[in-house]
Amino acid sequence: MKKLLMAAAAAALMLGAASASASAEALKACWVYVGPIGDFGYSFQHHQGLLAVQKEFGDKVETAYAENVSEADSEKTFERFAREGCKIIFGTSFGFMEPMLKVAKKFPDVKFEHATGYKTADNMGTYNAKFHEGRYVIGQIAAKMSKTGTAGYIVSFPIPAVVSGINAFMLGAQSVNPNFKVKIVWANTWFDPAKEADAAKVLLSQGADITVQHTDSAAPLQVAQEQGKFGFGQASDQYQFAPKAQLTAIVDNWAPHYINSVKAVMDGTWKPQQTWEGMENGTVSMAPYTNMPDDVAKMATETAAAIASGKLNPFTGPITKQDGTVVGEAGKPLPDGDILGMNWYVKGIDDQLPQ
Amino acid sequence: MDIVLTLLTIIMTAATPLLLAALGEMVTERAGVLNLGVEGMMVMGAVAGFGGAYVTGNPWVGIVTSIFAGMLMSLLFGFLTLTLLANQVATGLALTLLGLGLSALIGESFVGQPGIKLPTFSGIDPLVPFSLVMVAAVSWFMFRTKMGLVIRAVGNSHTSAHALGYNVIGVRYLSVLFGGAMSGIAGGYLSLVYTPQWVENMTSGRGWIALALVVFASWLPFRILAGAYLFGTISILSFVLQAQGLGIPSQFLSSLPYLGTILALVVISGNKALTRRNTPASLGQPFVPDR
Repeated sequence: MKKLLMAAAAAALMLGAASASASAEALKACWVYVGPIGDFGYSFQHHQGLLAVQKEFGDKVETAYAENVSEADSEKTFERFAREGCKIIFGTSFGFMEPMLKVAKKFPDVKFEHATGYKTADNMGTYNAKFHEGRYVIGQIAAKMSKTGTAGYIVSFPIPAVVSGINAFMLGAQSVNPNFKVKIVWANTWFDPAKEADAAKVLLSQGADITVQHTDSAAPLQVAQEQGKFGFGQASDQYQFAPKAQLTAIVDNWAPHYINSVKAVMDGTWKPQQTWEGMENGTVSMAPYTNMPDDVAKMATETAAAIASGKLNPFTGPITKQDGTVVGEAGKPLPDGDILGMNWYVKGIDDQLPQ
Repeated sequence: MDIVLTLLTIIMTAATPLLLAALGEMVTERAGVLNLGVEGMMVMGAVAGFGGAYVTGNPWVGIVTSIFAGMLMSLLFGFLTLTLLANQVATGLALTLLGLGLSALIGESFVGQPGIKLPTFSGIDPLVPFSLVMVAAVSWFMFRTKMGLVIRAVGNSHTSAHALGYNVIGVRYLSVLFGGAMSGIAGGYLSLVYTPQWVENMTSGRGWIALALVVFASWLPFRILAGAYLFGTISILSFVLQAQGLGIPSQFLSSLPYLGTILALVVISGNKALTRRNTPASLGQPFVPDR
C-alpha cells in the first residue's frame, strides 16, 4: 500500500509531458521549464511561446514540454528529450546552463537554446530579454502617479537582471521627478506569495504608495489594491488579480524568438547565437495602461515607442553611480556587457546592494 | 501609533497559519504519531479552500472545504500508518509530495482566477482570534481534561494505555484527524485571507516551519504561540529594517526569523527535565496490539 501511495505521488507529480501527435516528418521541438506552467508568470509566458509555435507551424511541428524540472533533474530531462527525437530543445532557467552544455556535447545533431545564460557551443545558443526596457517605462509611470514620491520595490536576488531592472526603473522615475525615492526589500525568494505580500504591506506602511516587484507572484499587486494603492504586474498581465490597482505590466513574449528559432532549424539555417531582444520586436511589451490619467498613459506609450524604435535607450550615458562615479559616454548607450553584468546602483537609491 | 498597529496586523497575519498548523501537529504528536505531511495537508487545504469559495462564491464554504481537505489527507495518512503500520516518516514525506502534486492538478483551472477574501470584522480577520482561542482551548483540553490525559498517555506509552483498556488506534486516528483539520484551515487561511488566490506550491515551506515549531516549543501550546508570533515578528521587522535602508545585509535579515526563533526556543527549553517530560515517548512508533 505504501508503494502504491508512492506510485500515486509520483504519478501526481509526473511532469506533464504532453505531446501533440503529428506526422512523421514533423520537426520536434521541446521545452524544459523550471516552474509550473500554472505560475501565471515566468514559466507560463514561456509556455505561451510553445503554443504560438504550435499555432504558427501547425502539423509541421510537434511539441513537447516538461515543467517543474529542477536543476538537478534537468540533465536527465534534456537527455530524454534528445533521445526521443527532439531536434531543438529549449531550457528556460539560468541554472540549466551546465547540464544543457553537457547534453549538447553528447548530441551534436540536436540544437539547444538556453535562456538567460552565457555559455554556448557549436549546437547551443542563448536567448534573453531586455526586461529593463519595460522597467524604465514603469519608473516614469510610478513617478507621475505617486503622491508621496516613493515607490516600494520587492526584489528576489541580487543578480544583474534584477539590478539593471532597479536601475532602469530609477532612471525612468528620475526623468520625471529627480527627487523620486525607492524603498527596496529583498525577499530572497522568486516565489512565496505570502512573503511577497508581507513585504508589500511593510513597504506601503513605510511611506511608499506604489508597489513594484521582481518576484513571480501577483500577491504584492493584490495588497496594493486592498489598500487603494497602485502597482505593476510582473512577467504576465496580472490585471485580473487587481483591476483597480494594476497600472500596467511588463509582459515577456517569447513567441517571436521561438518561432524564429524553430523556423531556422526547419530551413537548416540555425546557428548558435546569443540573442538579447527587447521592445523592438515585442519580446518585451507593456500590458494596457489602466487606472491612470490620459496624459500619463500618453507619456508611457511614447516612451515605449521611443525605446522600441531605438531612439531611447534607458542606459544612455553619462550615468552617475551611487558612489558618485560616472560611467558611459555622453549620448551613447552603455555596452551590453555592462548591463548584463550590472552590479552597482545608480545615484538616488538609498539601499545597499547585497554582495 | 498608527504604524505600530499596522505592523501588528501584518505580524498577526504572518503568524496565524504557522500557529494553526503547529497546534494541530502538536496534538497529533502528543498522541505519538509523527506526521511529516503538514506541508501537503496545508497545500491541499489551500487549494480546496480556494476551490470551495470559487465554486460557491462564499469564502466561509471555502474554510469548511479546506478543513475537509486537510482531514481527508490526514485520514489517508492514518490509514497507512495506523491500520497498515507503514513507516510514519516515509508516509509523511510521501503525503507532502502527494499534496503538492495533487493540489497542482486540482488547482489547474483556478490559476489566474481572482480570489474571494474572507470578510473582516472591524479590520480583524476572524481566524486570528480563532487561532488564539484555539491555543487556550487545546491547552485546556490537553492538560485539564481526561481525554487530554488519555491522548498524552497513548503518546507516552501505547502498551500501557492499551493494557488499561484504551483504544490506542482510535485515539490516534482522532488526533491525526485534528492535526489534518488544523493544517487544512491553515492552508485555507493562505488562499482566502493572506493572499486570496491559488498558485501552485503557495505554502512555500510553511508546513515545515510549523513542524519545527512544535519540536522547539517542547509540545506546549503557549510556547507554540510564542514561537509563531516571534517568527512572524522577526520576519516582518526584517522587512521594516530593509525598507528603512539601514544597510544591514538582507541575507542576514532573511535568516533572522529562523535564527531568532530557534535561539529563543532553545533558551526557554533549557529546562531539560521539562523537555523530557513533554516529549511523547512513543513518538513515531507503530502500535501493534499483542492481544
